[in-house]
Amino acid sequence: MNEIIERLYRYIQFPIVRNALIVGVLIALCSSLLGVTLVLKRFSFIGDGLSHVAFGAMAVAAVAGLTNDMPFVLAVTVISAVLLLRTGTNTKIKGDAAVAMISVGALAVGYLLMNVFHPKSNNVAGDVCSTLFGQISILTLSKTEVWLCIVLSAVVVAVFILFYNKIFALTFDEDFAGATGTKVSVYNLIIAVIVAAVIVLAMNLVGSLLISALVIFPALSAMRVFKTFKSVTVCSAIISVVCALLGMLVSIATGTPVGSTIVVVDIFVFFVFYLCGLLTEGVKR
Amino acid sequence: MALITCKNLKLGYGGRAIIDGLNFEVNSGDYLCIVGENGSGKTTLMRTLLGLNPLISGEIIFGDGLKKNEIGYLPQQTVVQRDFPASVFEIVLSGFCGKAGLNPFYAASQRKEALANIEKMDIGNLKNRCYRELSGGQQQRVLLARALCATSKLILLDEPVAGLDSKSTEGMYSIIEKLNKRENITVIMISHDISAARKYASHILHVGNEFFFGSREEYGKLKTAEVSGNE
Ligand SMILES: Nc1ncnc2c1ncn2[C@@H]1O[C@H](COP(=O)(O)OP(=O)(O)OP(=O)(O)O)[C@@H](O)[C@H]1O
Ligand SMILES: [Mg+2]
Repeated sequence: MNEIIERLYRYIQFPIVRNALIVGVLIALCSSLLGVTLVLKRFSFIGDGLSHVAFGAMAVAAVAGLTNDMPFVLAVTVISAVLLLRTGTNTKIKGDAAVAMISVGALAVGYLLMNVFHPKSNNVAGDVCSTLFGQISILTLSKTEVWLCIVLSAVVVAVFILFYNKIFALTFDEDFAGATGTKVSVYNLIIAVIVAAVIVLAMNLVGSLLISALVIFPALSAMRVFKTFKSVTVCSAIISVVCALLGMLVSIATGTPVGSTIVVVDIFVFFVFYLCGLLTEGVKR
Repeated sequence: MALITCKNLKLGYGGRAIIDGLNFEVNSGDYLCIVGENGSGKTTLMRTLLGLNPLISGEIIFGDGLKKNEIGYLPQQTVVQRDFPASVFEIVLSGFCGKAGLNPFYAASQRKEALANIEKMDIGNLKNRCYRELSGGQQQRVLLARALCATSKLILLDEPVAGLDSKSTEGMYSIIEKLNKRENITVIMISHDISAARKYASHILHVGNEFFFGSREEYGKLKTAEVSGNE
């Protein structure tokens, strides 16, 4: 035990490790704040879907011979996120189906393009891996990336607090909000842009698998036990931050992969909350 | 000028008309009851008035400087996710969303008013309960309390007494009547309860195979004429 603590202590001396902890916690915080709305609007899998879109965009960029594909990929991903989320809940095709459609479509088109035009390109394959699983390690973050993440998180938290009441009204009943004078399309657009920004950033830093877990688990865990929107939001933010921090520390101490360790901690917490939920319901009856 | 003037309305879904050539007018302080069979397009009409459904053709003119955030609305059905976490108070308070405008938070006076509306609907004891764990009638009252929060000039109610027991139905009608008489709020209500419509409403609009729009007295005469004509 002492040995592990010593090892943690030693690692935390490195600025790189500290940066990784900061970024991990911030991304966990942002994605859990947005997670409650995304889960309720049936957009749980948007992180995964968008990573496939990013892959399709990369393939297009590779075929077009763009040397620096990052801006293009970012733009395409943000636009698809906005298109998916902007319409809110009143679409003919529901959230989960729309996400699945775009994600599978982009994957297929991307693969087809690569196969037809660049049958032997290895470079793209590497890029694809990094969209799915994030950069090799969260420990390779550059200083700009850390600052970008800090600024974006500050913006997300501020917007979330300022628009909290609108987000609740829109998520609960978009028709009523629209009928009584709330500018539904404007707020949907704001939410969509924020979600897109967080997901695109997180996708590059920690990978889309982790981002899906960060969106889904804290929100679902909190919803097992709490019954009001505010308590669920606060609780899922706390769960997410604690799990991310715990997961990263465990991964540093034992050398396990960061992303999967965080997800495992989230799963564990989900079961704890699930049991708590069952118990409290039993008590009420 | 009238509060709402509808000229030659044609409404429906995807270009297919359900109601065509509808004309009526609502003045400030009116109590309009919309009646008609199931599927005759009452809900569609109300949603079109609120701008939730597109109008196929015709014109809806809002007068008296009526703004959208002065309108309260009780939908016929609210599809709420089964797992949606929301307390009664949170939902009722969200009725002020339009009035709050760019202000990110609700004022203390709005919180007070929300509580008062909860008391008006007789659900004070459910204030902190989770909405999805309430009975249908209780949920209806929560949504009515929310509609009251949004109302300052006009309230649109789509079958407000559906699912309420007879005592609450009476209570409901008297609350609406008070709103109309004392606070001079214009009421547009969809109802299947013709006798209540003839008792409380100032005007009646019948949609369906044949249109009728006129005051309660005219509707009464028409009905008596029909009955004696049938004999
Ligand atoms: N989303 C929709 N798309 C297409 N048609 C619809 C839609 N909603 C309703 N309709 C059709 O429009 C017609 C009018 O429906 P509406 O809901 O306005 O009736 P209503 O008068 O409110 O009936 P009720 O008394 O049962 O509430 C119906 O024939 C219905 O089938
Ligand atoms: Mg109806």
